[in-house]
Amino acid sequence: MYRIPILRVEEFLLVSIQTDLDDALAVKLQDDLTTAIATHHARGVIIDISGLEIVDSFIGRMLADISTMARIQDCHAIVVGMQPAVAITLVELGLSLSGVQTALHIDQGMRFLRRFLAGRDEEASDERE
Amino acid sequence: MSGNEHLQLSISTEPDVVYVRQAVRKLASEIGFSLIDQTKLVTAASELARNALIYGGGGMATIEKKQQGTRTGVCLTIQDQGPGIENIEKALEDGYSTGSGLGLGLGGARRLSNEFEVKSAPGEGTTVSITRWL
Ligand SMILES: Nc1ncnc2c1ncn2[C@@H]1O[C@H](COP(=O)(O)OP(=O)(O)OP(=O)(O)O)[C@@H](O)[C@H]1O
Ligand SMILES: [Mg+2]
Repeated sequence: MYRIPILRVEEFLLVSIQTDLDDALAVKLQDDLTTAIATHHARGVIIDISGLEIVDSFIGRMLADISTMARIQDCHAIVVGMQPAVAITLVELGLSLSGVQTALHIDQGMRFLRRFLAGRDEEASDERE
Repeated sequence: MSGNEHLQLSISTEPDVVYVRQAVRKLASEIGFSLIDQTKLVTAASELARNALIYGGGGMATIEKKQQGTRTGVCLTIQDQGPGIENIEKALEDGYSTGSGLGLGLGGARRLSNEFEVKSAPGEGTTVSITRWL
């Protein structure tokens, strides 16, 4: 069965969804990501959804679940590239995606993660002093 | 065209939900819906098709071009022979789910369409019809 590839970039994982996502594929991605975060001790995950033509209640729930799962694994997830039409539709659907961090595109997501993690490292070393 | 083009698709697996989305997208874009309107209609279709699969045990989608006077639209009817919905009012409320969902599908599909109708009774299956006008 087809799986969505998970790439390693530095200390991050990168997923770019470029296919129509059925529910089984979405669940598989969530499972694969959870495993990959643990295996690679990833500190950040970028999920690029610029190829997704819709986000419905099921896919929205998957994005929220991935964000929660990542947090529990001490990893920070960020969703990038949501098409404007998708964002507008989400609001009308009633999905708030609370707890899901978003950014415009992969570059911005990477920049955010680097800054965010550097800030956390600093805090940690302050506490040690 | 007199508004009689229609396409029927069966919904019995998860990939079928994706095929329904693709067929609705195709018709909506042929008719000239904007990207935002296409996205709204396809998202509503996805919710209804999934409900038919999960709660109705599978069903049938009918996608048709609708012509009413000078108006053109897309009408989607999703029908299943499942257990039906006991309390439609309740099912339409945001946050109400008898499954593991967010309870947004039905109410969301209503908000995303211009016309919305549910026919359902316990033991008699469920039929949901939505229309979005150009
Ligand atoms: N085709 C159907 N047959 C029987 N019951 C249905 C059908 N569609 C919806 N329902 C009932 O209505 C409830 C609400 O549906 P709705 O789509 O709003 O939420 P959900 O499917 O539970 O969650 P979500 O769609 O947010 O993932 C369902 O939990 C189910 O009990
Ligand atoms: Mg639903």
